[in-house]
Amino acid sequence: MATSAIFLVAILALGFLITFQIAKASEYVSVLKGEKKAFEQSNRVNAFLMVVFLVLGLVGVWWCNELFYNKTLLPYPSASDHGEKIDLMLWITIIITGLVFLLTQILLFWFAFKYQHKESNKVFYFPHNNKLEVLWTTVPAIFLCVLVGFGLYYWFQITGEAPANALKIEVTGKQFGWVFRYEGKDKNFGKKYFRNIDEANGNQLGLIWDDPASHDDIVVNQTMYVVKDQPVKLIIGSRDVIHDVGLPHFRLKMDAVPGTPTTMWFTPKYTTDEMKKITNNPEFEYEIACDQMCGNGHYSMKGILKVVNQSEFILWRAQQKSAYSLAFPEAAPASVADSTKKATAAISIKTSEVKN
Amino acid sequence: MSNETVMHGQHEVVTTHDVHHDEHHVHHHKETFITKYVFSQDHKTIAKQFLISGMIWALIGGMMSVLFRLQLGYPDSTFPFLEDILGRWAKGGKISAENYYALVTMHGTVLVFFVLTGGLSGTFANFLIPLQIGARDMASPFLNMLSYWFFFMASVVMISSLFVQTGPFSGGWTAYPPLSALGDASPGSKVGMDLWITAMALFVVSSLLGGLNYISTVLNLRTKGMSMTRLPLTIWALFFTAVLGVLSFPVLLSGFILLLFDRHAGTSFYLSDIFISGVGPLPNEGGSAILFQHLFWFLGHPEVYIILLPAMGMASEILSVNSRKPIFGYMAMVGSLFAICILAFLVWAHHMFVTGLNPFLGSVFVLLTLLIAVPSAIKVFNWLTTLWKANIRFTPGMMFALGFVSLFISGGLTGIWLGNSTLDLHLHDTYFVVAHFHIVMGVSAFFGMFAGVYHWFPKMFGRFLNNTMAYIHFWVTLAGAYMIFWPMHYEGLAGMPRRYFDYSNWESFKQFADLNRFISTVAMVVFAVQLLFVFNFFYSIWKGRKVTSQNPWGANTLEWTTPLRPGHGNWPGEIPEVHRWAYDYGKDGREFIPQTEPVSAEESKHH
Repeated sequence: MATSAIFLVAILALGFLITFQIAKASEYVSVLKGEKKAFEQSNRVNAFLMVVFLVLGLVGVWWCNELFYNKTLLPYPSASDHGEKIDLMLWITIIITGLVFLLTQILLFWFAFKYQHKESNKVFYFPHNNKLEVLWTTVPAIFLCVLVGFGLYYWFQITGEAPANALKIEVTGKQFGWVFRYEGKDKNFGKKYFRNIDEANGNQLGLIWDDPASHDDIVVNQTMYVVKDQPVKLIIGSRDVIHDVGLPHFRLKMDAVPGTPTTMWFTPKYTTDEMKKITNNPEFEYEIACDQMCGNGHYSMKGILKVVNQSEFILWRAQQKSAYSLAFPEAAPASVADSTKKATAAISIKTSEVKN
Repeated sequence: MSNETVMHGQHEVVTTHDVHHDEHHVHHHKETFITKYVFSQDHKTIAKQFLISGMIWALIGGMMSVLFRLQLGYPDSTFPFLEDILGRWAKGGKISAENYYALVTMHGTVLVFFVLTGGLSGTFANFLIPLQIGARDMASPFLNMLSYWFFFMASVVMISSLFVQTGPFSGGWTAYPPLSALGDASPGSKVGMDLWITAMALFVVSSLLGGLNYISTVLNLRTKGMSMTRLPLTIWALFFTAVLGVLSFPVLLSGFILLLFDRHAGTSFYLSDIFISGVGPLPNEGGSAILFQHLFWFLGHPEVYIILLPAMGMASEILSVNSRKPIFGYMAMVGSLFAICILAFLVWAHHMFVTGLNPFLGSVFVLLTLLIAVPSAIKVFNWLTTLWKANIRFTPGMMFALGFVSLFISGGLTGIWLGNSTLDLHLHDTYFVVAHFHIVMGVSAFFGMFAGVYHWFPKMFGRFLNNTMAYIHFWVTLAGAYMIFWPMHYEGLAGMPRRYFDYSNWESFKQFADLNRFISTVAMVVFAVQLLFVFNFFYSIWKGRKVTSQNPWGANTLEWTTPLRPGHGNWPGEIPEVHRWAYDYGKDGREFIPQTEPVSAEESKHH
């Protein structure tokens, strides 16, 4: 391998040497030919290359699209209602900016070619023209108003209040994984405090066991279950550094900030199984990607979001044990009233506080 | 010894003596190697110091990107030579995740600050401001010298952080706490981060010393007749750049100092409710991690214009000179620079749409952000109109200026996507962003810089760069830049996150393995061509074709009225007086009319 590296360096050096020799030679040639002639020649070549670049560039843009369009999310429907709005906004923006892109790039390279230096050319002394300048101040401004208008209309819908029937899930990021908490039967999250976090004793979120509301909360790692067509409201936080709940198929993301809860809501439109068929990929999963640099394991911070039907969800939830009963198996099923257990819980909190 | 007296001394000497004293005469004080090349107070030498330091940094930063692109393009391969270079950072010839993140972070920091701020502004503001406004030197040559040496010290500290045992900072160039505040959360946030903050603090000092100098020079030292509205657009752009820097860098520094307190003084500015696995809960409560982002982006966004405006100014000047036609809409160009300068301060939170920012506040930032597209559009259309009915000479500088416009359009338009919070929800922190900012402020600012180097090299060194190598450099870099960054938009549209070490475990993103290999390969080719440029640069300093005429490009601006190799003080005699704007090209059938030529009675009206 070391030899191949040396070989590579040798090739590179040789390439440089050849380029350099050609470059020097052409400089001498241009001196011999006369500077003016050499200039005119290279000017013509470069002007021609400008058009070549334009044409090849546009072909390249088209080709790139052929190759990669199907690898993006664009050919498939968005997995959330918000995502549909975002996709529509995306298309409006693609059309407007795409037209401007074509217009300006074509003009740029075409002008460069057309107005290349010629002895006979008469330059048009054209220092300013108020009409033109007003034109290209107002026209972009109008188009931008359209984009801002659509954008904000959707933005306020997406960031508005979640519907009352939304399924609430608390999402917590940590280096490097996700923790999800569901309300229990009491439809209420128990209180938590970060100093209570005690992984060894099954309390990775720092739930306060003194708060009875925490006793039926379900805490799961890695995979989050949501119901098709039922709005979901995520209450997002972090245990250590900033993470980000990235849901590419739903076109959404939101940071997980330690100390400052954030929220995001959406309505899933297709179950995971339906999406497998739509994308024609049996391996398909809704992956949760961390989108904010969070340390050396950032790239591996993956969660799975399973969209299921109502009945599947009820079944799944019924199988889950509450975090409390997992932490205190002897207290199970729900003999919360057992004062000794409660006392142990309280003691464990105190000791963990003392420890820290 | 105050420079003022030196200058006046020279001035009087030259004017009282006869003309037969040649340019050599300007040096009355003794110059040693140290004062001439090392601790020089001559703005031209300081400019060259910045340029060469910037080039070294660019090579280091570019090389870093080649290394981490090896990992992205060939995640399954091993490169034993990497272990020879990087040791335990590339065990078995495979870059570790820790090293990958360190490389990515340093690549960003180095290119944004040390190359495209220090290298770009430092070089051209220093070189062009006194020459184009007709001044003998900067308002304070001594502070100017300090500006370079603070930059140098910042460089030394930053380089040294590469060699500490826990590695350089690795939490991304934006250095968001808590990651950047807690050594326990990431080894790069240990002593590497202290060095990073120190280097950045020194850098801010350098940038402020430079910026204050640029502003006071432009405002106070213009030659007779050089009203503000006769300034070349380069100077306007460099002036606004300096204003942006002076107003925003202190905010960054304050953010860093608070971060330093959080790291070492037990404060909780940015920290709250943190539990680190293996360490336990931290004592900090009540801080806000988002506060840092506000402080950071209050510089961070103007920073992209600090990078871009000099490139815009130089492109405007070079396009006009080589089109042999006045820049179209001079006042609109100045006005749009001004508008960009103001708006640059009012858009920072568009980097923070997904931090949980109040949606109403977000909407205000959407509006202000998209407003920037208006002055940008004005500039693009004015450049296009400048080319219309022109008589274009494709000098290497001109080609890079054209490339700059093309890249600015491509990258600017995707800014309209990302500035719209609705789309940002989907595209934030994906490869779409990587593509966007690399094109619009990375490559395009580099193109502006290259345009400037090719255009003013004859003034800097009295020789030309080799044209053939320049053309190869241009075409490969332009095509290569598009081949690298254009397809990244598609990765972004697949939601592929940036700053991932490896995508192979992700069902949603692994389909781009081939594309990543392609991008990495092109990146290496483009990097090799930059080496060709560096070679051309140093070779031509000593062996390039000599400049024989005072004004090789037939330009109007004042720097071309100086001697071929101007000494300290720039003009041997009196500083020329200015009688017109800088853009009388093709007027009344004349190819160009230098700014120093008085307006004649029969000349058609305008400026």
